[in-house]
Amino acid sequence: MYDVAVIGAGSSGCAIARELSRYKLAVCVIDRESDVCEGTTKANSAIVHAGFDAVTGSLKARLNVRGSTMMPELSRKLDFAYKQNGALVLCFDKEQTAGLEELCERGRRNGVEGVRIITGDEARELEPALTDEVVAALYAPTSGIVCPFEMTLAFAENALANGAEFRLSTCVNGIDKTDGGYTLRTSSGDIQTRVVVNAAGVYADKLHAMVSAEPMKITPRRGEYMLLDKEAGGLVTHTVFQQPTRMGKGILVTPTVHGNLLLGPTAEDIDDKENTATTRSGTAEVRAKAQLSVKGIPFGKVITGFTGLRAVGDTHDFIIRECSDAKGFIDCAGIESPGLTSAPAIGEYVRDIVTGILSPEKKPDFIDERRGIVHFAALTEEERNELIKRDPAYGTVVCRCETVTEGEIRDAIDRPLGAVTLDGVKRRTRAGMGRCQAGFCSPTTIALIAEKLGIGLLDVKKNGVYEKEAADNA
Amino acid sequence: MTRELTCIGCPMGCELTVEVENGLAVSVSGNTCKIGENYARTEISAPVRTVTTTALTADGVPVPVKTVGNIPKEKIFEVVGQIKRTTVALPVKLGDIILEDAAGTGVAVAATKSVGS
Amino acid sequence: MREFDLVIIGGGPAGMAAAIAAKKQGIDDLVIFERGDELGGILNQCIHNGFGLHTFKEELTGPEYAERYSDQVKELGIPYELGTMVLDMTEDKQISIISRSRGAETVKAKAVVLAMGCRERPRGALGIAGFRPQGVYTAGTAQKLVNCEGVIPGKEVVILGSGDIGLIMARRMTLEGAKVRAVVELMPYSSGLKRNIVQCLDDYGIPLMLSHTVIDIKGKRRLEGVWVAAVDEKNTPIKGTEEYFPCDTLLLSCGLIPENELSKSAGIELSPLTSGPTVDESLETNIEGVFACGNVLHVHDLVDFVSEEAVRAGENAAEYIKGKPSSTGVPVAVKPADGVRYTVPSRLYAESAADSVHIRFRVTGVFKNSAIVVSCGERELFRKRGRIFVPSEMQDIIIKKDKLSELDGDIEVRIEEAAK
Repeated sequence: MYDVAVIGAGSSGCAIARELSRYKLAVCVIDRESDVCEGTTKANSAIVHAGFDAVTGSLKARLNVRGSTMMPELSRKLDFAYKQNGALVLCFDKEQTAGLEELCERGRRNGVEGVRIITGDEARELEPALTDEVVAALYAPTSGIVCPFEMTLAFAENALANGAEFRLSTCVNGIDKTDGGYTLRTSSGDIQTRVVVNAAGVYADKLHAMVSAEPMKITPRRGEYMLLDKEAGGLVTHTVFQQPTRMGKGILVTPTVHGNLLLGPTAEDIDDKENTATTRSGTAEVRAKAQLSVKGIPFGKVITGFTGLRAVGDTHDFIIRECSDAKGFIDCAGIESPGLTSAPAIGEYVRDIVTGILSPEKKPDFIDERRGIVHFAALTEEERNELIKRDPAYGTVVCRCETVTEGEIRDAIDRPLGAVTLDGVKRRTRAGMGRCQAGFCSPTTIALIAEKLGIGLLDVKKNGVYEKEAADNA
Repeated sequence: MTRELTCIGCPMGCELTVEVENGLAVSVSGNTCKIGENYARTEISAPVRTVTTTALTADGVPVPVKTVGNIPKEKIFEVVGQIKRTTVALPVKLGDIILEDAAGTGVAVAATKSVGS
Repeated sequence: MREFDLVIIGGGPAGMAAAIAAKKQGIDDLVIFERGDELGGILNQCIHNGFGLHTFKEELTGPEYAERYSDQVKELGIPYELGTMVLDMTEDKQISIISRSRGAETVKAKAVVLAMGCRERPRGALGIAGFRPQGVYTAGTAQKLVNCEGVIPGKEVVILGSGDIGLIMARRMTLEGAKVRAVVELMPYSSGLKRNIVQCLDDYGIPLMLSHTVIDIKGKRRLEGVWVAAVDEKNTPIKGTEEYFPCDTLLLSCGLIPENELSKSAGIELSPLTSGPTVDESLETNIEGVFACGNVLHVHDLVDFVSEEAVRAGENAAEYIKGKPSSTGVPVAVKPADGVRYTVPSRLYAESAADSVHIRFRVTGVFKNSAIVVSCGERELFRKRGRIFVPSEMQDIIIKKDKLSELDGDIEVRIEEAAK
């Protein structure tokens, strides 16, 4: 019997688990995938939004600004990559500068610090690659970029260190109300819990409907991206947004926290909650729109394309509350943009709802910090030598594009909640995320995973092991 | 009858024109060297290939091997099958014979790499 | 800090041949840095035959060809350090390396031969729409899995791109019991050698679909199949020609890219045409004492040409170390013209050139009964007729030095098509 079962090991679920692990509570995080960070969290813009976008007074606005404010200290405590690089929202039409003013004013009302309007020339001074069509821009210095994988893993590992359990490769197929709470019927047996947190991303409506008659619909909004080689990463230093225009919502051009250039996303509402395929038309749209903002994007340096599904609710706001007709069942749904930014604040918010229900005691020995995997490429020669002396595995470079050593990959596999797939290693270490896209390193990485798991080379998976059929049959 | 062939004797890949009578090549043109003519004659009457593949050690370590000469083309799968059923003991040196007579062709199979010290 | 007369980066065919040549010219203070755990580089996974016809007058497999050179390296006592990755190089030839045994270290070289080879173009760079499931490999990665790890990645295979590795892998997967459904090629001609189409596809009844491409990849976790369509002259898929091929494995053989991240860090100028360093006739880059050869310079189709080129790089590096002044005089540009995609070298010092100069290049399309013409203004320096020139075969021409006196402008290499 758990006190709290969090369904969904994305950024929200893991942040919630970490906050709950401050208390004397039996917490488990359940996910159908074999790893954390396998859904919406793994394919998005990786932006820490400043908070000028959301409607003042909305939950989105409040949690966005709070999350953005928490991010610098959290990234130090939990050791994940984050950088405050500032953002620009570009205006291409003199007639529309009023809209920019409105955005700026909203930012001030939402409590965003330092937002101001600058001229096109001032914007080009900040970002020389901006096109001549830019007539004005909103400048938001507190906007940032983050590694969504590292952040979510950091929450998860820290929650684990504080006693939370992770039940992965476990799909929730049904939920029954019981006297003291709920029974989750899963692909690996029943799980009893007093409180349920539904942080299931695009599937949150399905889980909600298992216990509640309140209507909820989550629409997957497909967003396609292009990722460019680090050689192109310096084209812009700020995150460059476009003011929404008659032609629709714009797309962004941004450096990533690891130095690549990211373009996207498109926005297309679809029905299929699994459809993360890229399309020719999506790629073409990203190309065309990115060039409105920035000159000279070297499209020859694209190293991969990917698609994410945003979980769009029908209220235009985050839906975070206890169900009125299902006590102890807390929805954390509709976590679309700025969900990643808000995650730490969502963690606090849900924690407060849960502690309101269960009134738990605080743990005196909560561990507030977590150390990530060494980033060998960033070390000095001296530091590298010390590391290799301690463990020779750091002397073998497995991924040449990102300079990732065998030591880092072994750490990623060996540490608690370690990687069990190629993509899991990639998210933790960046091995395979570079320009050759794992062509060179994958045979070695496969061998290291196989050795750890005691399985054959062919049984090592690229990504999550969830099979829909298996779940349906359970 | 006339047949068009591409010589596989070297990377040039000469386009050969072969006059065939009674299943035999009577004249070859388009070749730039003797290899082309020989290739065409054999290819018409009884095509042959050198086979390269891997044989495995008991631990599943692949050792690259080849037939030390040409074998009849239709025997390729039989030869590969027999190589797959052969277990190689390490160490091997380049040129070590791992199979004396591949699938009754009279052609031996040899390691093409020194593996294990 | 360790100092060497000559550092050779890469212990594949180019690096080994360059080292042997330099050693034979009297350079004893040299070293090969190789990231793998044996010499030979990519040849170790190329277990098929067809190597060495030019060099040894016999057909060898890749590992055999490699072993002939690695045996020489050992006999000549040329030092080589395995498991050693070069991470960085500066303009003044300081080279950062790491290895398990020696840790992280910076060494200094008088001269450097770049012999890092090339890598495969990955799926992401091709922009194929669809999911990103397990089962999509570059042909070379699959080759390594099959030939070096003994792992057969799948049973039903489609291959995109008809580069030589793709063709070789079509046969290889077939011999390992897989069914290869098709080799799909965007261009109207194959980018692989004709002999490989005959002995790797035709022998096994594997269709080669020219002017076709993969337009969609199905299967979210594990590859389930691909959609293939014909393309028009602009390489745009033609509606109505789509065909679905169920498969669990898609191999990509869509081009090789010289691996020049190190060169860039050292400030070496790269050619946008080859993605390799720009070099003069001595294979010296824009940085004095840094030479390049093999696939890091431009992608070769025959290892024999790699070895021959590497010998020249090694010998020229040796001359440089022994104090021969670098190229003298004013260089002229060597430029590709009609029908020629690139040239190596891209500049030429006629005054200090050796007795004969190699110019290597590839043609842009298929040319029948045409001529290779090298000219300087109105002056014709070289002419050679050929029955057929194809993009898959690198051309290698040799011009005698006496033809190169008193050049008064750029040299152009072009294909002169036969009158129709």
